[in-house]
Amino acid sequence: MSQPEGKGGGALEVKFVPDEEVLKHITDDAGIKVRKDKTQLTVSVKRFVKKLENISDDEAQEILEEKNYVVALGICAQDPVGNGSSVSGGEVYSFQTPKRSSKMAELASELAQTPGQSVAPDHSECPEKTAKTPQSNKRSSSNKAQQRSKNKEFVSTTPYRLRKRLAAPDPYVESESEYSASCSEEEDEEDQKEVSTVLSGPKTPPKTNAASTPLPRNTLAKKVKEDKMSNLVEEYFEAHSSSKVLTSDRTLQKLQKRRLNQQTLHDLLKKAPLAYAAEIKELNQQHESLFSKWMLQLHLGFNIVLYGLGSKRDLLEKFRTSVLKDSVHLVVNGYFPSITVRSILNSITEEVLNHIGTFRSPLDQLEFIIKRFKEDSSLQLYVLIHNLDSQMLRGERSQRILAQLSSLPSIYLIASIDHINAPLMWDQAKLSLYNWLWYETTTFSPYVEETSYENSFLVQQSGSLALSSLTHVLRSLTLNARGIFRLLAQYQLENKDNPSYPGLSFQDFYQQCREAFLVNSDLTLRAQLTEFRDHKLIRTKRGADGVEYLLIPVDDSTLTDFLEKEDEDV
Amino acid sequence: QQIQEDLNKQLFDNLVSFLRQSHSEFQEKTTEWTCRMKSREIPTAALVLGVNVTDHDLTFRSVSEVLQNNITPYIALLEAKDCPGIKNLMQKLMGQLMNCHIDVDSLEDEDYVQVSQNRISCSMTSLINWYETVTKKTDSEALSKKRTSSSRHWQSPPVVVIFKDMESFTTKVLQDFIVISSQHIRELPLVLIFGIATSPMIIHNLLPHSVSSLLCIELFQSLSCKEHLSTIIDKLLLTTQFPFKLGEKVLQVLINIFLYHDFSVQNFIKGFQLCIVEHFYSQPLSVLCCQLVDAKKRINYLSHDQCENIRRLPSFRRYVEGQVSEKQIALLTEDGCLKEVTLKLLEDLNVYHENYVSVLRCLHVFTSSLPKYPLGKQIRELHCACLENRVWETEEYESSIQLARMLNKSDLVTMLQQCVEIFVSSSGKEFDKTVEKLKDFLTQFQKLEAEAFQEQDVSVSSQKELQKKTDLYHLQKTLLELKESRRSKKLTKFEMLRFEVVDYIDSLVRNYLVPADHKTLHEIVYFNTASVLREHLNAAPRIALHTALNNPYCYLKNQALKSGGGSISNKAPDICIVYKLHLECGRLINLVDWLEAFSTVVMAAEGPNADAPSSDQVDDIIHARFIRAVSELELLGFIKPSKQKTDHVARLTWGGC
Repeated sequence: MSQPEGKGGGALEVKFVPDEEVLKHITDDAGIKVRKDKTQLTVSVKRFVKKLENISDDEAQEILEEKNYVVALGICAQDPVGNGSSVSGGEVYSFQTPKRSSKMAELASELAQTPGQSVAPDHSECPEKTAKTPQSNKRSSSNKAQQRSKNKEFVSTTPYRLRKRLAAPDPYVESESEYSASCSEEEDEEDQKEVSTVLSGPKTPPKTNAASTPLPRNTLAKKVKEDKMSNLVEEYFEAHSSSKVLTSDRTLQKLQKRRLNQQTLHDLLKKAPLAYAAEIKELNQQHESLFSKWMLQLHLGFNIVLYGLGSKRDLLEKFRTSVLKDSVHLVVNGYFPSITVRSILNSITEEVLNHIGTFRSPLDQLEFIIKRFKEDSSLQLYVLIHNLDSQMLRGERSQRILAQLSSLPSIYLIASIDHINAPLMWDQAKLSLYNWLWYETTTFSPYVEETSYENSFLVQQSGSLALSSLTHVLRSLTLNARGIFRLLAQYQLENKDNPSYPGLSFQDFYQQCREAFLVNSDLTLRAQLTEFRDHKLIRTKRGADGVEYLLIPVDDSTLTDFLEKEDEDV
Repeated sequence: QQIQEDLNKQLFDNLVSFLRQSHSEFQEKTTEWTCRMKSREIPTAALVLGVNVTDHDLTFRSVSEVLQNNITPYIALLEAKDCPGIKNLMQKLMGQLMNCHIDVDSLEDEDYVQVSQNRISCSMTSLINWYETVTKKTDSEALSKKRTSSSRHWQSPPVVVIFKDMESFTTKVLQDFIVISSQHIRELPLVLIFGIATSPMIIHNLLPHSVSSLLCIELFQSLSCKEHLSTIIDKLLLTTQFPFKLGEKVLQVLINIFLYHDFSVQNFIKGFQLCIVEHFYSQPLSVLCCQLVDAKKRINYLSHDQCENIRRLPSFRRYVEGQVSEKQIALLTEDGCLKEVTLKLLEDLNVYHENYVSVLRCLHVFTSSLPKYPLGKQIRELHCACLENRVWETEEYESSIQLARMLNKSDLVTMLQQCVEIFVSSSGKEFDKTVEKLKDFLTQFQKLEAEAFQEQDVSVSSQKELQKKTDLYHLQKTLLELKESRRSKKLTKFEMLRFEVVDYIDSLVRNYLVPADHKTLHEIVYFNTASVLREHLNAAPRIALHTALNNPYCYLKNQALKSGGGSISNKAPDICIVYKLHLECGRLINLVDWLEAFSTVVMAAEGPNADAPSSDQVDDIIHARFIRAVSELELLGFIKPSKQKTDHVARLTWGGC
């Protein structure tokens, strides 16, 4: 029902255009498609069918773009908004069955991205981009056409669009970068944004959204889903074959928000109340009731592994304090970034076995431990490992050593895993050595300790550390050397907006240094640079033209801080 | 309880190792003999062991034990992980050989300890030197002492090197070792044993022709793991020695894990151990799960609470309901009476098991040879079917009985003989009659045979008659007569007898193969919670994570989280929301977009009090919560930071998870 409607709309538009142009577009499209098909042989047949179906819709779209460029731009760009919102709004709020809605939502975001790209003027290869649209999905164009007609109806009715915008922040945001291209629309957008924030009532969005979703769209969504199911596999490869990924270009720096460092993050999180504390506590109590059972099973030669969402650290700690108080035990914090098997073995040999001396290899050490434990049957050791699947311990060698350790009858291992692919670390031989019993302990408690070591990209990390090391090293250098470094830093900051900044070429740098009376010859500069490099203050890179480029491997904000500090000192 | 479990387990392990040994023993003898014959090349035995790598350890241990006892004291077991290079291999080899020699004659250990400690150039020549000195010494010793020792070990006992996992050795190391040792084969009688998990072709894949031609390979196939499994099931489940039994579902789970996951007998045993532990841990009445003699004693010491527990058992209730009212009252109120009855019931149960096993075997004899195996080839399948429900009500049983009615005589006779053997060997007292009956059948068959001979004579004579009378009319007539007689006769004596036999077997089945959960007090000895087992042995961490993220209500029983159709509300924990949002994205996710989406959702959830003045503060907190949730997802492995674009993360999962 919706499809003919959309095509009708398309046909209407065609009339305004000279025939040659249409033809040109068709051939253009087809040519590109054929080329693409050659590369993707497996799906070529399907593509051709799709292509035939899509040509009419396609041309309609292209014509729209070219003919009523100014007007259509806005409408086209809004397409994704309306389109995406209806679906992913359902995802976020009314939450239909997860499987379907997620796929729908994925599709929605895909749809939101593809036309947007074709509109964006900064992409020179416009036709190729548009050619992608039919490829991404068979339904997409018809869907769009329908949406377009809808949008035309609703252009004036702001409240409807508002509701949709509210419901779907995600695609909206993604398409926003495209809006920035067309200035006329932007103001309008901003207006709406303001209204939306005012109107953001607590309960209304989900309800109204659900009500406003018309029936045909639902059926369409279902169709889309079926279609999606059949080429899920295809699309996987499609998505992964193209190195180009379509997302918005917004970065965190554009967001007017300072980066949080670890400490403030911690404080803020403390302020935020933990949701569902009571329920989580109940869950934990359930798990705690298993403690005695764990003990029994540990003693019978099994080892225990805990899995499930949520930090299992507190649970294990509780187990340790309540049950293992009087026995020898070793706690291994696997999430600690510098933990190694060697340190684990060392702590066993030194702390538990009171052995002083070194070993040539971990294997020797392991053999020694095994021997000792076999000789002395009264020796018993409980090993608790938080995050057995952490970066440092997940290697094949370390897992093998741990497995052999755990297979000793008098070593009782209880560990926790979090990673979704953690069970893949173990092959059959290791599994049989570990002799696991699996326990599901979903706690929902936040991974406070575990993530604090993770070098999170959102947290401002290492800034203070790098800064202090910078100043420390530079303070020990001569005035001239400091000047040289300053020059480089300043130059880098000047070019910080240039994303493809390769660094300062050696020749230019030398020139600048000479002008500032910092060096008198090529060689002195080189010697100085070698010193910097040894302290890892700079990095050199050879460009395509064979010229050496110099770069300070520190992020810009730290560099600014550093320069400010230097200025203060001087 | 504990002690009993331990006892059980020990018994187990003994059983298994015994099994292994028994089958490896005959192999080894043949190995040695054949290896001895050809001394030009390096005699090599390739043991094809199957994919159940985890079980191999036991096999190898028993192999080397057997070898040590019977043939040679010089055995080295090498594993791939110890030998990354030829040097390590030689070191390991020397160490093991010299150590094991020390074990044999501890008199001269001082010299050898020194040798191994110094680690002087571990080369073939030193090995040979060592070997010569050792053999000389042993020879001289043997001569000076007695001839008996030398008869036990041959004049020059071979050095056996076992490569446990041949596939994982690096080819270079193996080649070098073989080439080197082949040059010294005159001085050093070396025997190699390869453990192979896949197929014998691997030798030729690993080694080029020039190397493999130096070997004289003899192939030995070990028993398949399935056969191990059946023997274990035979010895553990289908005996009356072990009071503990597995319920149908549990057995099914264990067998499925075995067949579809790992083919590992060890894992099967582990599962069985877990069953025992679980049973004794969770079932308070498992005290009574022991040998009948002990059970008698223990019943006398039962406390009142335990009696109550018995009364609460569903099967016991059924039993009580079937009694007359006075008995009911007595059973429900008096502990003494209860104890008596329990004892009786336990005895019944024991007898039931005895009968069950032998009848099951008997039935298996019949069904295992039927075409298409309607009831399964293996006895374990039959066992499962019998445990599941009344076997005689199933279609498969129907069809197998039908087929049994069409068996020919010789098969039937041999089957009957087998059944008689089974019943005779079983301890059940009730089977005397059965045996007699079966023997009776057998004699009848023999009689039939005799009769059949006579009949044959008759028919032959009639045919002769036919040949005499050649005219067409008579011929037609006689043929018709013959036809008539055949139709009227319908069932020969043999057929009658066959029906009788099959019916008798059928009645036996109906009498004795009642499924266990129809028996009173079966809860005491049967372990039937398969879900626990599956959870602990065959866990699915990904599914757990997925449900926790998609449907937190499963774990957090809060009404706010409850919503229809497996969906979640916007009040879900942060990580769930973030996860949901990330599902929508493609390969790369823009963090800013993500954050904004998240904050919109959270704001909507928090309601009207999140208004303008405090928005900055709230925003910070939301930001922090978002950071936490994202880094948690990173820890869980759903995303990873990406360098492709600033402030983007890459998704690591595909589709709707």
